[in-house]
Amino acid sequence: MIAIGMEGSANKLGVGIMLHPEDGSPPQVLANIRHTYVSPPGEGFLPKDTARHHRAWVVKLVKKSLKEARVSVEDVDCICFTKGPGMGAPLQSVVVAARMLSLLWNKPLVGVNHCVGHIEMGRLITGATNPVVLYVSGGNTQVIAYSSQRYRIFGETLDIAVGNCLDRFARTLHISNDPAPGYNIEQLAKQGKQLVDLPYVVKGMDVSFSGLLAAIDGLAAQWGLGGEEAAKGDADKQASTVGDAQIIPETDGKPTRADLCFSLQETVFSMLVEITERAMAHVGSQQVLIVGGVGSNERLQEMMGIMARDRGGSVYATDERFCIDNGIMIAQAGMLAYQTGFRTPLKESTCTQRFRTDEVFVKWRED
Amino acid sequence: MADEYRPPALPSPFTNTTPAPTLLVQGAEAHLYKTVSLDPSIPAALKVRPSKPYRHPILDRRLTRQRIIQEARCLVKLVREGVSVPAVLAMDWEGQGAEESAWGGAWLMMEWVEGPVVRVVLEQWEAWMKKNAASLDETQLQKEEDRVRGLMKRIGHTLGGLHKAGVVHGDLTTSNLMLRSPAQDITDSPTGVSMEGEVVLIDFGLAGQSTQDEDRAVDLYVLERAIGSTHPRSEPFFEEVLHGYRESHKGTGSTLKRLEDVRMRGRKRSMIG
Repeated sequence: MIAIGMEGSANKLGVGIMLHPEDGSPPQVLANIRHTYVSPPGEGFLPKDTARHHRAWVVKLVKKSLKEARVSVEDVDCICFTKGPGMGAPLQSVVVAARMLSLLWNKPLVGVNHCVGHIEMGRLITGATNPVVLYVSGGNTQVIAYSSQRYRIFGETLDIAVGNCLDRFARTLHISNDPAPGYNIEQLAKQGKQLVDLPYVVKGMDVSFSGLLAAIDGLAAQWGLGGEEAAKGDADKQASTVGDAQIIPETDGKPTRADLCFSLQETVFSMLVEITERAMAHVGSQQVLIVGGVGSNERLQEMMGIMARDRGGSVYATDERFCIDNGIMIAQAGMLAYQTGFRTPLKESTCTQRFRTDEVFVKWRED
Repeated sequence: MADEYRPPALPSPFTNTTPAPTLLVQGAEAHLYKTVSLDPSIPAALKVRPSKPYRHPILDRRLTRQRIIQEARCLVKLVREGVSVPAVLAMDWEGQGAEESAWGGAWLMMEWVEGPVVRVVLEQWEAWMKKNAASLDETQLQKEEDRVRGLMKRIGHTLGGLHKAGVVHGDLTTSNLMLRSPAQDITDSPTGVSMEGEVVLIDFGLAGQSTQDEDRAVDLYVLERAIGSTHPRSEPFFEEVLHGYRESHKGTGSTLKRLEDVRMRGRKRSMIG
């Protein structure tokens, strides 16, 4: 069976084609393509612009994915789309496209929860059977464990998502959004050495990032590290470190931009690893799976790996193809639901900004 | 899987204890050992907070120190107020003589509480009910459910006492609630699961001193969600925790009202109804 998955809950538009062979052999990814709407430095992506981007690209991406997968329209069994959660306008433009294809090709629709898509794709790629899941992205921060056919949320953010915290600090520092602000923070953080004291907010199993963001934004302003002018320094510094003679600027205890990125990462990731460890201890699991865009951060993976090793367990993570929002994960989760007989009638093929992970009945997993 | 897991070395005062402390649980934050205090006949619980190698060392020391001192302060205060928690016997927040290289974590020694944690009690009960509930008649079923209600209510009472003393727990799960075994344990329940005994609160690793409705309500909310996620069958009885809590002391009304707000706060909840 072949499913086509369409994802557009944030600034990435993804189309993926998944094959579940009839003979029960492992599922195959036939195509997985993505186009990202990149906003200028210092700015976030606005819903209307992102929606316009998705509308402009969705047909091209579907055509390209069919070509890449070498399948014809007749071979496709169902069309899976992201029902939510996400930004309203981008979600809507993709759901309209999915609906249109469904009518045009006369194929059934399957609405998919974005978070469940991430989890199912992570499980498929890594082979983790029953892990504690840390789902970290620009819009979501959740620690999830499976129990009685639900993905239950053990801990989550009380305000903004961790990716949003990183993205917005990247805006403060005027760091480029290409390929992703979080990626550029990660690179800059590698040069950081000094740990700046930041609020560390863990409430039970939950975390909070908004106060932390305000604090580090305040530090950036206090030391004059924010804005376009300061950002130019990064490029100069990178140029000056080429070759053997490294120029180490005098700091006098004053944090650098790199120090702030470093401290931000160390603090927020420690918070995330801590709540994940708590969930693991609570459910008695030894596996941890990291999914979502922030999950592609290697420092987070490293910290999680150390924690898991100390508990006698292991960490499962995927690379940017499957971590960052993509269409194939929607196809995978949609296909699993489709195989249990789940369909989304045209009348109900809506999307929603609020769609919690634990609302989905996970019929495809037993006990 | 990697090599066989070895817990980190014990802090120096305990390397020569006989019998050697036995590791009971590896929690998220700390290792809990059973050891003896002063005399081999006096059992004690030893909580070691080993350093977390994944964390930046500065951040690690700051958090460990803060938390273990906070924990000890709360326990001491609660014992004084008559809330059932383990008493503090000894502690060292710098761990191993405060030498940078020898930093192995901080430790806290507490009174030994004999009995099961509520998580195990409810798990055993739920497992039995899942298998055998069909064989019970109406009155037996009612009786079993009443036992859980009774336990929930006692939990609520204890939480009320905790909050009245001006402390919030910060990490209320059923793993952090114990039942102190009574001298004589008699249960006539067909499940064989005893729910008797005084409810004892343990693990104050995330506790703090607060009398704000917000913090108290978050405490209750965390417990509600913990029960919902680990004991789905006992979830309907959570109301009883709130009943017990309401009866425990005056002024719980505003906390329970705040709880309504806190429940609405999780992200991406359906806004319908």
